[in-house]
Amino acid sequence: MLDNTTRPNKLPAAPGVGYKPQHFAQILDNAHPVSWLEIHAENYMGDGGRPLAQLRHLSEQFPISVHGVGLSIGGEGPLDPDHLARLKHLVGWLNPASFSEHLAWSTHDSHFLNDLLPLPYTDTTLTRICEHIDLVQETVGREMLLENPSSYLAFEESTWSEPDFLREIARRTGCGLLLDVNNVFVSATNLDFSPRGYIDAYPLDEVGEIHLGGHDEDEDDHGHPLLIDSHGREVVDPVWALLDYVLDKAGPKPLLIEWDTDVPDWPILRAEADRAQAALDRVPA
Amino acid sequence: MSVSQTTFHTALLDPTADIPEGLLDADAQPAGRRFSVYRNNVAVSLTEAMHQAFPVITKLLGPQNMDGLSGIFLRKHPPSSPLMMFYGGDFPDFLAGMEQLSHLGYLPDVARLELALRRSYHAADTQAAPADALAIPPEDIMQARLGLAPSMQMLQSDWPIYSIWRFNNEDGAPKPTAGAEDVLITRPDYDPAPQLLPTGGAHWIAGLQAGQTIGSAFEKTATEFPEFDLGATLALLLQGGAITSVTIERLAT
Repeated sequence: MLDNTTRPNKLPAAPGVGYKPQHFAQILDNAHPVSWLEIHAENYMGDGGRPLAQLRHLSEQFPISVHGVGLSIGGEGPLDPDHLARLKHLVGWLNPASFSEHLAWSTHDSHFLNDLLPLPYTDTTLTRICEHIDLVQETVGREMLLENPSSYLAFEESTWSEPDFLREIARRTGCGLLLDVNNVFVSATNLDFSPRGYIDAYPLDEVGEIHLGGHDEDEDDHGHPLLIDSHGREVVDPVWALLDYVLDKAGPKPLLIEWDTDVPDWPILRAEADRAQAALDRVPA
Repeated sequence: MSVSQTTFHTALLDPTADIPEGLLDADAQPAGRRFSVYRNNVAVSLTEAMHQAFPVITKLLGPQNMDGLSGIFLRKHPPSSPLMMFYGGDFPDFLAGMEQLSHLGYLPDVARLELALRRSYHAADTQAAPADALAIPPEDIMQARLGLAPSMQMLQSDWPIYSIWRFNNEDGAPKPTAGAEDVLITRPDYDPAPQLLPTGGAHWIAGLQAGQTIGSAFEKTATEFPEFDLGATLALLLQGGAITSVTIERLAT
């Protein structure tokens, strides 16, 4: 369990966006920039060049959140020591305001599959994930936030609900949580549960950051709606409504707009961040 | 019914494999097509990574052929690390092994050039030696050893890979004609710049990389390539900021 005295600086309870290099100049020129930026850790693990130079520059003006997408915390095998060392190096160099990863696996048998793959929620997976998070927090030397996934299917063997599973991980490891409200909406639609019921059961006190993103609509073999977490468009109205529900219960939190595919021009992304600000403005601090 | 990650992984990469049992939909029925979301995510994201990594190969083959080829490649060579910036290192050899592409013999070397450009882009930053670092007596120059930037990359090919790269990147670039070409990549700022090396240039730079002095590398290169132009090659390195240090070892008297 991580010693809480080493908790890092926090992100501001204000809107941030996922940083895309094509927005570099506009972010720096903008008279009303967003409050903070999030980067995908793996994109900044080269030895040098423009990506690291831009990041150095941005980190002088903005709080940065380092969001890992490749650690495979839910993997059956041990964590990749080389990748852990790279994370430690990046976090040590950048000293970001926040560091987060996913409740998912992506590497198996030394193959990295470049997707966040799902896990059964059992006592066995719980123990393994907590061991992995302990190792990550000890190695990187600070608290991490763990993000809930988008689910397209369920595991017959699961014995824990997702909110209870996350609460227990946070309790055992001292990690915080990253609540992705779009993921809750996507999973709730796909697996027929109440998104507000999920939020009611979720340990909101542990939340250090909230994610918002767009999804695509499809359907399964039986014509059941199947939402795909694509991060390729605007956040839909029901997800904004679910965010209001969360903020009413939890108070203001750092909000991030994720837009990773078909990345729009800066003003469109900025408008999403403005909408997040409006959601914060209606919540009493 | 428990689903191991080995089973999940196998079914992900093999679209003909059965969907693992124990995965359910919202009505606790077998997940069926829902599993394909993960199959698609993996295949589409890795295919996109290949398009980004090899834009000239994609242009030469056409995006649809590149999709098909990526689909085969990603199943044979899934990424071995989460650093997608370096994905595709096995692609040149994979291309060389594709019988259907044997009439396009230059493809593997063009792919190597695209890999080298990416390695250069992500290489460590270094300080270039000052412009006058080689403003020293000629006999000292020949005794000098050069430190070279990690962003400097070099390729030797039996194919006109520089001309092919340029033709697919610059409007109005001349059509490639048959012939061997060697390429030097330097990164004066943050953008890797490929340039055509004069005859023997690659041979000489390889000598420098092996730790030889300017003079001894020159002697070996001049034996094999009498027309080798030392001044022109040295100028390419200097102008590209590829020289990080000049060390002169004086002979003991």
